[in-house]
Amino acid sequence: MSLKKHVIDLKVVSRVALGDRFVLLKCTDSVAQLPPMMPGQFAQLRVDGSKETFLRRPISINYVDTKTNQIWFLIQLVGSGSRALGRLNEGDTLNALLPLGNGFSMPVSASQKHLLVGGGVGTAPMLYMGAQMALMGMRPTFLLGARTKDMLLQIEEFERVGDVYVTTEDGSAGEKGFVTQHSILQKQKFDRISVCGPSPMMKAVARVAREKGIPCEVSLENMMACGLGACLCCVEKTVKGNVCVCTEGPVFDIKELTWE
Amino acid sequence: MANLTTNIGALEMKNPVMTASGTFGYGIEFSDLVDLSGIGGIIVKGTTFYPRQGNDYPRMAETPSGMLNCVGLQNKGVRYFCESIYPKIRKIDTQMVVNVSGSSPEDYARCAECIADLEDIHAIELNISCPNVHDGGMAFGVTTEGAAGVVRAVRKAYAKTLIVKLSPNVTDIVSIAKAVEAEGADAVSLINTLMGTAIDIEKRRRMLSIGTGGLSGPCVKPVALRMVYQVAHGVKIPVIGLGGIASAKDAIEFIMAGASAVEIGTANFIDPAISVKVARGIDEWLDAHKVASVRDIIGVAE
Repeated sequence: MSLKKHVIDLKVVSRVALGDRFVLLKCTDSVAQLPPMMPGQFAQLRVDGSKETFLRRPISINYVDTKTNQIWFLIQLVGSGSRALGRLNEGDTLNALLPLGNGFSMPVSASQKHLLVGGGVGTAPMLYMGAQMALMGMRPTFLLGARTKDMLLQIEEFERVGDVYVTTEDGSAGEKGFVTQHSILQKQKFDRISVCGPSPMMKAVARVAREKGIPCEVSLENMMACGLGACLCCVEKTVKGNVCVCTEGPVFDIKELTWE
Repeated sequence: MANLTTNIGALEMKNPVMTASGTFGYGIEFSDLVDLSGIGGIIVKGTTFYPRQGNDYPRMAETPSGMLNCVGLQNKGVRYFCESIYPKIRKIDTQMVVNVSGSSPEDYARCAECIADLEDIHAIELNISCPNVHDGGMAFGVTTEGAAGVVRAVRKAYAKTLIVKLSPNVTDIVSIAKAVEAEGADAVSLINTLMGTAIDIEKRRRMLSIGTGGLSGPCVKPVALRMVYQVAHGVKIPVIGLGGIASAKDAIEFIMAGASAVEIGTANFIDPAISVKVARGIDEWLDAHKVASVRDIIGVAE
């Protein structure tokens, strides 16, 4: 049973530039309560006012606050589409199709130790996931990686909901290296790992999880057109054949993927 | 409220707006977002006799005002469609049409034969124009003999409304349309996608897994409209127009060019409810211009 999908004209209530490569858009539905959404799900955001951009952009749900009726999107400024989204300002309308995809498996009991790993802009869905776990009375452990200290995003937000461990490639914050090299992976035992980030990073974490026999889910970001399972453009090869990342994913158990 | 009903051969539709194959799934994927009963017809994704995996990823490249795709007819085969999909879609309150593809005339015919047995499906659309598969598809649609051969084989196996979807990747689309008309097609739909490519200049390589793909979206509309006009003036059977339609105005242009109905494709990806909005927009235009029926404007453009 999937959550009901909606097309909503969101209103941007706040735009925060995080360095020069990321923009955090906090939006609200000024007409109604935002619909239920699960961590790991995403929205297809319509891009208005960009000549080069035709399709919607799939963006993860960074955070949902039911009290303030806010949904947050963390946008990495990459191409014309994301740059146009990043130019939105307070008071602008953002047309969103959501919630889409399946979402991460949530821990079923407080005794489960769950590691949430994020790399680059892939840290975005981990904030909402950690916050949901905190609401369920659990303390999530975050392992966040970035190239440099400046590219670590929303650290204060993560620290508010769980224990945060950091790696940077240049050693400017946390331990130097990649997330897979962080000492926390040796020091603590985890029952499950959820990952979102660049594909080499997810593959490396998946390898570690496989070696240690820990169940692991990754969130893929294949290029999409419709987001609804109609166009069959975003397919990933799995043990079940080619499946749509937008409907069968974006979150996959690593056992389903035919990586490596 | 104008009269929006139209017909494609024996196929009666409540309004002239259909959704194009491969852009609207089986309809049910969109049921949260749009009232399916407000659509004139839903043409479900391309179905083949045997299951097909389709092409490798990447299958899509965005272009200004459109996109290229090389999906390659991924589907679970006609048996799966009949057993697992049909029961879920047969009662949707609109005309459900199955798009049929194959790698030989016999292949098309046996797929059509399976669908002929489904009592709530009153039409098929033959895809002789897919640019993304090597063994068939467009290979049949680019010659009059190839197109005629497929239609001849299917006509024997399928007695209900037979629509043939034409490729724009030809020198003379009217001659192809005439060839399928002569073999007993009830209607033609056009255009399928235009073959194109895109290059990633950083990687110095073509962006799609098979190198080329089919172009769709608003960028193809003028080409599609010209072809619909030419074909509508060249054959006697009804024409269904498609290619970049994203508004009621676009749809009315195709109808005035001679289309008895239209299909909306890529625009579904931007606005899942666009088909119903277009149908409503046509109605409003007719009312505003005091035209009683959409049939009164079919082919009126000089």
